[in-house]
Amino acid sequence: MIPAPFTYVKARTMAEAHEALAKHGDEAKLLAGGHSLIPLMKLRLATPSVLVDIASLPGLSGIRQEGNELVVGALTRHVLVERSPEVNRLVPLLARTAALVGDPQVRNRGTIGGSVAHGDSASDLPVALLALGATFVATGPTGSRSITAKDFFVGFWQTALQPNEILTEIRIPVTGAGSSYQKFTVRSQDWAVVSVAVAGDAIALGAMGEIPLRAAAVEEALRNGAAVREAAQLADRDTSPSSDIRASADYRRHLARVLTEDALTDAGR
Amino acid sequence: MRRIEITLNGRKHSHEVEDRTLLIHYIREHARLTGSHIGCDTSNCGACTVLLDGEAVKSCTVLAAQADGQSVTTIEGLSGPFDGLSNVQEGFRQEHGLQCGYCTPGMLMACTALLNENPNPSDGEIRHALEGNICRCTGYEMIVNSVRWAAENAGGPK
Repeated sequence: MIPAPFTYVKARTMAEAHEALAKHGDEAKLLAGGHSLIPLMKLRLATPSVLVDIASLPGLSGIRQEGNELVVGALTRHVLVERSPEVNRLVPLLARTAALVGDPQVRNRGTIGGSVAHGDSASDLPVALLALGATFVATGPTGSRSITAKDFFVGFWQTALQPNEILTEIRIPVTGAGSSYQKFTVRSQDWAVVSVAVAGDAIALGAMGEIPLRAAAVEEALRNGAAVREAAQLADRDTSPSSDIRASADYRRHLARVLTEDALTDAGR
Repeated sequence: MRRIEITLNGRKHSHEVEDRTLLIHYIREHARLTGSHIGCDTSNCGACTVLLDGEAVKSCTVLAAQADGQSVTTIEGLSGPFDGLSNVQEGFRQEHGLQCGYCTPGMLMACTALLNENPNPSDGEIRHALEGNICRCTGYEMIVNSVRWAAENAGGPK
């Protein structure tokens, strides 16, 4: 399959990228690693008329610590997050989750920003970043704003990013709290049937609705002193999993409960 | 249309391609190197795996335009001291790492990338490194053996 025709524009600076977005509006899509977008274009599920390739924009790839935050540039590829000594030391959950994205070839190309901006609830990183309380920095033509993970994912494949904004940074608080990411797949390289991330007191669920969700009922039960096993039974409360080729909704609810218990135990609760 | 320059197996190539041309189609139809296969065409199976600036990628999920100015190595670019074959190619021959052979070009490129980074992988590391390459014949056991043979014989014929 070949994508529908489009015009490819390579942006060499942030200004060029914003110029292209201003000119083409929501007809344009940003291209980084392309490992979410190109498959969609081949299936004609996305048909942008302009692709703005931002992969070589300077300064958007890299990992650094700033105060008590780990800052990951949006163009940082999964393979670099997975192997970064800083990420492994400061936010091990992020490194472990990045190591489970797709397969080695996918991790060589895919970027953390692309995965976040695609906003798929069955993707790994959005779920981990929601549990980690990450903040996403979006840069528009007139300045930048920060969006919390809680406000960022708004619907099926939809995020709070505006058509003229570019996701530039992912900022993650460094807490040292116990964490875990549990992913159930049909094949090792596949999307999650269900996934659960735990970071400290926060629990996030993947593929249990249109967007990554917090397991608020479990969090509350634990705050009120419930045992892990008992609290995990509430994991599918207020979720809306779908039935599809991978699993039925009922099976997803079952997995959410089992994986939540596993993740809490693995995180040392 | 746009003109792109790609160093393919060490030789500079310049071609006019459509913006939407995928790297695998560029390799097979413009450069006429048909060793790299199209399997699933959905970035699952790994048959189209090539090295892009030394890293294994699925060329069905990369635009040729994205690879402009970069170097690509395909199965045709592998060579070595085993009667012209690389240690990875010879390993697959010695240990029967293929049956129908459809996945083999991608397997060899993924294994080559693995051994470039990690010359002495454990069986577990080999299996994880090949998660992106699907083989429907061998059951993978012989492929793991082939990679181990390649690692043990990286120095050339004994």
